[in-house]
Amino acid sequence: MLELRQVTSGYEDIEIVKGLSLKLDEGSITTIIGSNGVGKTTTIRTIAGLNKTWTGEILFRNSPIQKLKPFERVEMGIVMVPEGRRLFPSLTVEENLLLGAFNPTAAKQADQNMEMVLELFPRVRERLDQYAGTLSGGEQQMVAISRGLMSRPKILMLDEPSLGLAPIIVQQIFDLIAEVKKLGTTVLLVEQNVQKSLSISDYAWVMENGNVTINGTGPELMVNPEVKKAYLGL
Amino acid sequence: MATVYLQALISGILIGGVFSLISVGLTLTFGVMKIKNFAHGDFLIVGMYFAFFCYTLLGIDPYLAAILGLPIFFGLGWIIQKFLIRPVLYAPETIKILVTVGISLCLQNIAVFFFSPDFQTVQVAYGSNTVEFFGARISLTRLAATALAVVVVIGLYQFLMKTRTGRAIRACAEDGDGALAVGIDIDRIYKIALGISTVCVCLAGAMMTPFFYISPTVGLSFTLTAFVVVVLGGLGNLKGALIGGFIIGVVESFGEILMPEAALKQVATFTIFTLILLFRPTGLFGTKLT
Ligand SMILES: Nc1ncnc2c1ncn2[C@@H]1O[C@H](COP(=O)(O)OP(=O)(O)OP(=O)(O)O)[C@@H](O)[C@H]1O
Ligand SMILES: [Mg+2]
Repeated sequence: MLELRQVTSGYEDIEIVKGLSLKLDEGSITTIIGSNGVGKTTTIRTIAGLNKTWTGEILFRNSPIQKLKPFERVEMGIVMVPEGRRLFPSLTVEENLLLGAFNPTAAKQADQNMEMVLELFPRVRERLDQYAGTLSGGEQQMVAISRGLMSRPKILMLDEPSLGLAPIIVQQIFDLIAEVKKLGTTVLLVEQNVQKSLSISDYAWVMENGNVTINGTGPELMVNPEVKKAYLGL
Repeated sequence: MATVYLQALISGILIGGVFSLISVGLTLTFGVMKIKNFAHGDFLIVGMYFAFFCYTLLGIDPYLAAILGLPIFFGLGWIIQKFLIRPVLYAPETIKILVTVGISLCLQNIAVFFFSPDFQTVQVAYGSNTVEFFGARISLTRLAATALAVVVVIGLYQFLMKTRTGRAIRACAEDGDGALAVGIDIDRIYKIALGISTVCVCLAGAMMTPFFYISPTVGLSFTLTAFVVVVLGGLGNLKGALIGGFIIGVVESFGEILMPEAALKQVATFTIFTLILLFRPTGLFGTKLT
């Protein structure tokens, strides 16, 4: 569905993503785990088009997209829920959601999609008229994911959705991500919470210093000795 | 004596709306793309000369000219954003400042070259009509300018709050990466923002022609005033710019009668500017684009 071939990318002249190749299967949840600063966020931003692809190719359904602008990729169905949520704080939750369906195709179905999303996130429905900046961290994350779903994306990329949330909320977020998969959406997840993310993942990659090293199914990585030692603290 | 103060208050209010309209344009582009546009006031002459030539060559009334000019004013902002501002948008601050100062100089010198540095006026038949108000005189053309300016600002506010494009503009102002993430074409939004911004200034320029002289460098002092208003009202804050325009209008107007020299009127304005920067750098109303 989505394939990265030898992708490099970074900031100014610092190369962060170093010849990364990976694949996402349609309808799966794929997780990238890795320590701080290895380039996970940069990878997601490069797929979304917020960072330029320096070299290499990004293929979506076999056609290259690395030259497209971010909004064109959103129109194709590649949507990211950014690290730190990046809601529009002085806009209401409803306005935030509507912006999630900004492109013309999605805008036509904004009402239906809103209903679908609110079905999934009843908590968000209660907060529609509230300013996004006044929500709790967990609620903000739910709005961020809802906003990402408002255009019914083919691929939803979530960058550390559990960051900074209380354990009970973290569990809810992971349950919701599993629900998102049931909608038929392919999910790319970047997480520090290795245990929980591997448990819902079909496939996972370990990223180190701008490239992936270990990969396998979620259950495989969970018992992989290196992963256990480095990321699960076992 | 009281009449003098009343007159000053009224004069301040009458120019205040114009300041508001000009400042709203500046605050919008600052709020949306963090650009400090030093050419902002110079767009005034685009509206002014447009109205001037419409009047002298074609006999078109300045208010009608203001409306006829809308697509030109908007298009000018769009094109300048596309070809001049966008290429330096992510460059260091000094480069951006140089580009906008460059645009300012270009506009002024193009006007000098084509229209000569001479002062021009548009003398409409109703230009000196006034009404009495408790002994003070109210110029009708000034009243019209300030009232129309407020209408335009309120219209713009409604546009930003109620429309899909308006919502996207606010989103860009709040969080650029968030806007990219939801699939907003921010380059397009920026072009729209600068288009609206130049429309605000050009409209103000056209509406001023019945009572204000036209010259290639008339915009400069309005750039400065607009910066003061925008800082006073809160960088990027529309309501702040609206109210701030009137405050500065009145302050200048009183400065003119209270200062030993009328030419020193801006001392009052810049005193306020300095005080705000020292004691309330976020302005009176905060820095949200609302
Ligand atoms: N805007 C930027 N300009 C320059 N360098 C940056 C920028 N953003 C990130 N970096 C650098 O790129 C490297 C990788 O960052 P990235 O955010 O992709 O890491 P990450 O794997 O997502 O880390 P984390 O788990 O902390 O979120 C880091 O060394 C970081 O300092
Ligand atoms: Mg990160």
